[in-house]
Amino acid sequence: MSRNYLFVRYVPFGDTALVVEFGDVIDLTLNQKVVALNEAVLGANIPGVEETVPTYRSLLIRYDPAKITYENLVAQIKILEETLGGKVLNKKGRKFIIPVAYGGIHGPDLKDVAEYHGLTEDQVVEIHCRREYRVYMIGFVAGFPYLGEVPEEIATPRLETPRLKVPAGSVGIAERQTGIYPCEAPGGWRIIGRTPVKLFDPNWQPPALLKPGDFVKFVPVSEEEFKRIEELVEAGAYKLKSEDV
Amino acid sequence: MNLFYVMKAGFFTTVQDLGRYGYLKYGIPISGAMDSFSMIAANLLVANSPNSACLEITLIGPELKALADTQIAVTGGEIPVKINGEDAPMWQTLTIRKGETISFGKVERGCRSYLSVRGGINTPVVLGSRSTYTRGKIGGIEGRQLRSGDVICGFNVQPLETRLKMPEDMIPKFSDDFTVHVVLGPQLEMFTDEGVQTFLSSRYRVTIESDRMGYRLDGPPIEHRGGAEVVSDALLPGAVQVPKNGKPIVIMRDAQTTGGYPKIAVVIISDLDLLGQAKPNDMVRFSEITLKEAHEQLLEYRKKLSSLTQDLVRIS
Repeated sequence: MSRNYLFVRYVPFGDTALVVEFGDVIDLTLNQKVVALNEAVLGANIPGVEETVPTYRSLLIRYDPAKITYENLVAQIKILEETLGGKVLNKKGRKFIIPVAYGGIHGPDLKDVAEYHGLTEDQVVEIHCRREYRVYMIGFVAGFPYLGEVPEEIATPRLETPRLKVPAGSVGIAERQTGIYPCEAPGGWRIIGRTPVKLFDPNWQPPALLKPGDFVKFVPVSEEEFKRIEELVEAGAYKLKSEDV
Repeated sequence: MNLFYVMKAGFFTTVQDLGRYGYLKYGIPISGAMDSFSMIAANLLVANSPNSACLEITLIGPELKALADTQIAVTGGEIPVKINGEDAPMWQTLTIRKGETISFGKVERGCRSYLSVRGGINTPVVLGSRSTYTRGKIGGIEGRQLRSGDVICGFNVQPLETRLKMPEDMIPKFSDDFTVHVVLGPQLEMFTDEGVQTFLSSRYRVTIESDRMGYRLDGPPIEHRGGAEVVSDALLPGAVQVPKNGKPIVIMRDAQTTGGYPKIAVVIISDLDLLGQAKPNDMVRFSEITLKEAHEQLLEYRKKLSSLTQDLVRIS
């Protein structure tokens, strides 16, 4: 049931939003188009546009119908979209190095993920850390990054019964997605590890560390290193490694 | 300045204003009053700005002890209000003396009542709003619902000289049977024609699994055309998601900002306040309107809200 549309779809989302849908698949090029259109819309400063929400495969644009009609908004976005012509900006993103303590109390599902694929726990960790993941979208709860895509070798379905509480910092896998819970939340992702790094703080501007188009690289750390970083984070003294890519 | 000492917290009482806008892309929901019409009315009755923070009371009201002389108003879902044990009316300015106790019964009609206080509630502004978003633990009092022992702070402002009252014919009357208007889509093609017909012609019961995040409804299942999952995309309050079991879930103000169930329709903004007053076991019916009609209703609703100040009646 995956679809990649031939044409970009413009659909009303209730009476105060427009959705521009590029397809119904998780796909790098498609997400790059979403990010490119989002930047074009924000750059165009269209009166009446209140906020935008880029996702895996669509861009939601919230507008004030007293300031701009739906038809006028669609016409203006179409011009922006056609000007981009499916081009994706090769804009520089940022890459963040996220330390993760895998397995044990921090990653209660690592064992099951390994067994599911007939791998050792160490092999799962090595495979999970091999790639740089793109931030496809921020959603679900405050600052939660949807990262992709994990290698097929460790792609694992969600838990049949979601946990009522997943601790902040937990790193999970759901099919070919991986993500980090910024705060304690219920969730069905397979939890393989936990990072002491903070991803969200309402006092930051912007409040979320990551945005679509950024990259994340996980590095395994020991329990001792986890505790050391955790203390630094709590003291506000941890320097997260990042670079422009 | 300290305004109230919370003696009893009630079932689920939170600080809310009109909401936190502009942070959906960071995964932060809009939050804010579930019935903004009633909250705005409560504010205007004590001559506050419409966006001043109020208490949102859910089903069972709190008990507060006044720590200063002040003025309040109670609006929204019909709830018995007592000041020092004496019945007090809703929808008008009430004068409170230091030491007096404000107590509430259970909400008798509707689901949520609002208590405004002259000058507004003063909790820290987080990302542009005082609204409590309990799941994200931000806003309000430590990002949570009220607890007994809390102290609610306000601003030191001049009391109102003239008390105000909402005209009787402008007070919303809530029943247990709601009809709300929807604009179909954005993922209408995920449903069969029969499925859409079922959605628009059935009455759905609000289940106990309903809160500020969303309402799970029970009733005739809505038929999908193919699968019941889409690649996650954005959500806004009012969106009606239909998971595999065909039972609709209406997204409300504290909901997650993205979701992977297909959305059959979206409740129009001007009917969201009404829906905010639905409680478990109430019935909801969805009625289709065009986008053009929805926009006309929205402008009409805004006009009604902006002229509300002039409509209030002076009572002394």
